[in-house]
Amino acid sequence: MKPLRSRRSRLLERLFVATLAATSVVAVLTTLGIVLSLVFEALRFFSRVPVSEFLFGLHWSPQTALRGDQIAASGSFGAVPLFTGTLLITAVAMSVAVPVGLFSAIYLSEYAGDRLRTFAKPLLEILAGIPTVVYGFFAALVVAPLVRDLGRACGLDVASESALAAGLVMGIMIIPFVSSLSDDVISAVPQALREGSYALGATSAETIARVVVPAALPGIVGSVLLAVSRAVGETMIVVMAAGLAANLTFNPLAAVTTVTVQIVTLLVGDQEFDSAKTLAAFALGLVLFSVTLLLNILALHSVRRYRERYD
Amino acid sequence: MTEKSCSGGASHRALKLNSRSRRRRITEKIFRGSGAGALVLALAALALLFISIVGRAAPVFFQYFVRVPIEFSADVLDPGGARLAASLAAGDYTALVRRGLAVLFPEVADRSGRRKLFRLVSDGAVFELRERVLEEPDWIGQQREIQLLLSDEADLYFKSKPRGADSLAHAGPNSLAHIGLDADQIAWLESLRAQGRVSRSLNLAFFRAGDSREPELAGIGGAFVGSLLTLAVTFLLSFPLGGGAAIYLEEFARKNRFTDWIEVSINNLAAVPSIVFGLLGLAIFLNVFGMPRSAPLAGGCVLALMTLPTLVIAARAALLSVPGSVREAALALGASPVQVVMHHVFPLALPGILTGTIIGMARALGETAPLLMIGMVAFIADIPRSLSEPATVLPVQIFLWADSPERAFVAKTAAATLVLLAFLVVMNLGAVLLRKKFERRW
Repeated sequence: MKPLRSRRSRLLERLFVATLAATSVVAVLTTLGIVLSLVFEALRFFSRVPVSEFLFGLHWSPQTALRGDQIAASGSFGAVPLFTGTLLITAVAMSVAVPVGLFSAIYLSEYAGDRLRTFAKPLLEILAGIPTVVYGFFAALVVAPLVRDLGRACGLDVASESALAAGLVMGIMIIPFVSSLSDDVISAVPQALREGSYALGATSAETIARVVVPAALPGIVGSVLLAVSRAVGETMIVVMAAGLAANLTFNPLAAVTTVTVQIVTLLVGDQEFDSAKTLAAFALGLVLFSVTLLLNILALHSVRRYRERYD
Repeated sequence: MTEKSCSGGASHRALKLNSRSRRRRITEKIFRGSGAGALVLALAALALLFISIVGRAAPVFFQYFVRVPIEFSADVLDPGGARLAASLAAGDYTALVRRGLAVLFPEVADRSGRRKLFRLVSDGAVFELRERVLEEPDWIGQQREIQLLLSDEADLYFKSKPRGADSLAHAGPNSLAHIGLDADQIAWLESLRAQGRVSRSLNLAFFRAGDSREPELAGIGGAFVGSLLTLAVTFLLSFPLGGGAAIYLEEFARKNRFTDWIEVSINNLAAVPSIVFGLLGLAIFLNVFGMPRSAPLAGGCVLALMTLPTLVIAARAALLSVPGSVREAALALGASPVQVVMHHVFPLALPGILTGTIIGMARALGETAPLLMIGMVAFIADIPRSLSEPATVLPVQIFLWADSPERAFVAKTAAATLVLLAFLVVMNLGAVLLRKKFERRW
């Protein structure tokens, strides 16, 4: 009836949808911003320190000298000790989180009654909601002294900032990441598979170990990979409970440092922005971003394969 | 004979079956037991965490004071006699406290002894005395009994020995060495207690005060305000951006390369370690956009980008749960697609979107690592008043205090942690209630 007004309102609606589309572009821009800023700063770093030295060098001491003629003025940027440290702490964390998380998930989805489930599941989720700085405080205050004293009692020499303490607490933090996703995939295994196994006379344990878990395996692997990616990128626990010294060791009782700890130590405090020290943090960030991205892609792929099998 | 052997074979077979089924039953029990054990272990870790923090936080909520007779003599505070605020503010209140303590312990005559005596009282007591005199100038010339805050060492001493001196004799000097008091100081504290001059009261200053180098004065007020300002920025950015993106992707977008890119980005961002967002903030917000360092503005922006994927995913799930019949009914009545979404689908999905937002905000509230990257770790004693002033937030304050060497900061850290956890519990309860109240089964 009133074409003019209708045209205007149609225009407004188009504008509205365009605005909505623009808001969704923010996610792409953020990804782009992350990749570009990391790559750009890392390239500036690699123009001073060769890539091969960074990736394969065995010595990490980034202290840039105050005076140019000082000994070790350039610092050394071999990141292998950081990678092994990260790997060590992640391994300790996963050796706590995978068995505990997986067995809790199995118990909750296969054995527990409804009342226990509604009570225990949210409690486990609380572990994921606690801020990591609280875990860091807990690790430094309670777990590290406990581990040290236990080690002393057994006659072992345990560093006060041992990889074991940081890894244990990180493992506790990761439990819900393993358990809730594993719980979902285990519950999604078709009931018919279980019933078939029971009909053949298998016990619950046999059914779970030989039928349900193998059927859910891709999904479980996916959840473990996501948990690993979480552990690799975790910062506060290791900043507060792991060491700063870059030791190249696989002894969980020794102090090691991680990629995230070094990023924090390189960037906290005032310093000029274009020293090799600051730029090194971005190179480490790029490695961290690439590794977690890769783990996530693998995890999503694994979960998707699982979904396709049973949907 | 044959009968017997036959039955013997059967029983043998039965025995074998029996032992096998027993083994299977044991395996079953072990399996089930380890499942329950894992669950108990996880919950025990949670309990240990809470108990160790609550137990250590308790001492912060009260503090010890000492009652000292203070002579507000006019010649120290206001030699001119004009009672002007400026000259009163410049008065020597340290001398008042020193004299008051000297009255209580006339036998301490040497300089080093007096200094040790004075160190029992907090530095903050002097400032508080000044505030009180500025409020009530007619105190000048009077003598009054004033409650002075004790230093953190004296406070710790009374907290560890709430009963009295008798426990000191067999405790020995070594057990108290770590507090940082010597035998003289302990004797003075005990004599003050014997005179009934020591009392304790609730420590409300902990919730109001900003950070301080002196543990007995440090509070979480500054960090709390900083957290609120940062969260406000995060909410104002991430709610419209996340909600808009979710509505676009769920209701308007066609499936094409462009929307694929958006989906992939969102899913990947959800799994990027938080510290990488801090690097982004440092490189882009601080160095390219020139935002002020350490300010809630930059912190809020970084946290908004970090929570965006969580929010988009939650909001899309909420929109998806609105049934198609609602959309079809609205369209059939002649509503335009935008009207369908804004008048019908969005209001119905709003509780779900808000629940997701609250959960995202709770995550942002507990986040520390990205804020370290943009300099929110500075020591800031003042309570921030604007978005561009240097500020700190609760989790960063916990991190800073956990690093401090003074023993009294352990309790402060635990107490700040409790406050942060309480804050999180309230937010999550809010989300649960919201969901309960508005959840609809279609």
